[in-house]
Amino acid sequence: MEKTLDTKYTYTEKKDTRSGFGDGFLELGRKNKNVVGLCADLIGSLKMGAFQKEFPERFFQVGISEANMMGLAAGMTIGGKIPFTGTFANFSTGRVYDQIRQSIAYSEKNVKICASHAGLTLGEDGATHQILEDVGMMKMLPNMTVINPCDYNQTKAATMAIADHEGPVYLRFGRPSWPIFTPSDQKFEIGKAWKMIEGKDVSLFATGHLVWEAVVAEAMLREEGISVELINIHTIKPLDTEAVLASVAKTGCAVTAEEHQLNGGLGDSIAQTLIRNNPAPQEFVGVDDSFGESGKPVDLLEKYGLNAENIVKAVKKAISRK
Amino acid sequence: MEKHSTEQLKSICSQVRRDILRMVHACQSGHPGASLGCTEFFVALYFDQMKHNKNFNPDGIGEDLFFLSNGHISPVWYSVLSRSGYFDTKELATFRKINSRLQGHPATEEGLPGIRVASGSLGQGLSVAIGAALTKKMNGDKQTVYALMGDGEQQEGQIWEAAMCAPHHNVDNLIASIDVNGQQIDGPTKEIMNLRDLKAKWEAFGWEVIVTKNGNEITEVIQSLEKAKSLLGKGKPVLNLLHTDMGFGVDFMVGTHKWHGVAPNDEQLENALGQLEETLGDY
Repeated sequence: MEKTLDTKYTYTEKKDTRSGFGDGFLELGRKNKNVVGLCADLIGSLKMGAFQKEFPERFFQVGISEANMMGLAAGMTIGGKIPFTGTFANFSTGRVYDQIRQSIAYSEKNVKICASHAGLTLGEDGATHQILEDVGMMKMLPNMTVINPCDYNQTKAATMAIADHEGPVYLRFGRPSWPIFTPSDQKFEIGKAWKMIEGKDVSLFATGHLVWEAVVAEAMLREEGISVELINIHTIKPLDTEAVLASVAKTGCAVTAEEHQLNGGLGDSIAQTLIRNNPAPQEFVGVDDSFGESGKPVDLLEKYGLNAENIVKAVKKAISRK
Repeated sequence: MEKHSTEQLKSICSQVRRDILRMVHACQSGHPGASLGCTEFFVALYFDQMKHNKNFNPDGIGEDLFFLSNGHISPVWYSVLSRSGYFDTKELATFRKINSRLQGHPATEEGLPGIRVASGSLGQGLSVAIGAALTKKMNGDKQTVYALMGDGEQQEGQIWEAAMCAPHHNVDNLIASIDVNGQQIDGPTKEIMNLRDLKAKWEAFGWEVIVTKNGNEITEVIQSLEKAKSLLGKGKPVLNLLHTDMGFGVDFMVGTHKWHGVAPNDEQLENALGQLEETLGDY
């Protein structure tokens, strides 16, 4: 269906965002000798193998011990290293929340927590591994920057950009093969929203895999004469409140789309910004207070209401409430 | 650093114990028991063993580093840091009070010189120390990393993740000590969660294990740390079982968990200070 649509962004290739991380990490290793890698028995899944092979003296397999990995990373910063930890998003956050809180965030350590297989699109492994609360946990931590890029190219650019940012970062990406629709030469600016499509009827704020769904939704809505302003929020914290407010001041309503619980996600951050400055109708696309389940990524997005069709419905509802 | 005589080190210990008691008394909170028990260890590290710079540099390149995992014994660390010149001893009076750099548990946020990572939530410090030791190796920095844990803390799972990791990665520039005082908040460790044979456990995980039988005898603590140092550089980390008496130096506090986290009242403070000579001048 999406193929027949006149989307403003198109793709010729699909790839997983975790490969964007792996390729960016290797390139970063060549550029910055202080970058070191740690992985908790998921080198293949995180695509960290190429870095490990080229820089074995800067790479540490830590086995299935994520708490210890977070502590090691915190300690490694003392003396100037920039550690990148790699494991699934579930084991990068919930499992090690206290270690991140005390040894990394409160201690202001320059650790990059790189988290793959986030959200429903992890697929068949099911709810034990499909974390949908990670953004909320991480954005609540003082000092923490939270980034959720949308495709291979943006993930690669983000991976390289976070090494130049002093302080802890949570970088969230995923497993499924996904359209590559952003430029390979993009400049990634942490904390800067990217207005992908100019519009006037509604501000659509999307993050992660759902940015592509938002691109599709925009084309569907355009066919019905609805003008959507699409803003790519790759950095959930610090949120680009200026961009959010400027857009909603123009359109008068907002929709947020994310592969995360509604509680604690991007939608919450946008709502707080709007309520404090310029209250406006807002609709939310995300998982509504439930766990996921096994299945194919696209089927799960449909079942839990996280695809383009649901964004279209949410947009119409938001506009009707103006 | 000038070499201190045993007598000088003992007199520093006496002053540090006075500081600990006065700090926890002033705010009526904090953890005097294991702070008193570990006084000789801290004095041995900062006044005899470690190469360190009181003009604090968080990266500590070319210096020995110390990490405190059982952060609740902050009073002894703060006293020793200030007595070795990291900050004015007058600041000890602000311990646990609002707007102080001397937080209840050690922290970096307020910028207290000497602290490189926050601790307090137990079980995390050994991992951090291993990470710092690995960075020293990557940097070609030959100095040593020290860590201290509590014995009750051995009940935390992360300790054993770290215990498995350090020998696997040949972290042989690390000396970790466990304050074996046999006590924890709710009672003796044997009753709360029996640690059994710590020596056998750590050896089984691949560490060189040494035992300090009397961690409240400064010469013995120094001998142990010297021995530990001689075992470094051979592919294995070193674990020092430092046997101490909780509350050592004050007759009514010694050997019981009851003074783990309780501050003395005015009368008790006076009694305790009467047992400890003021050697360097109270803050």
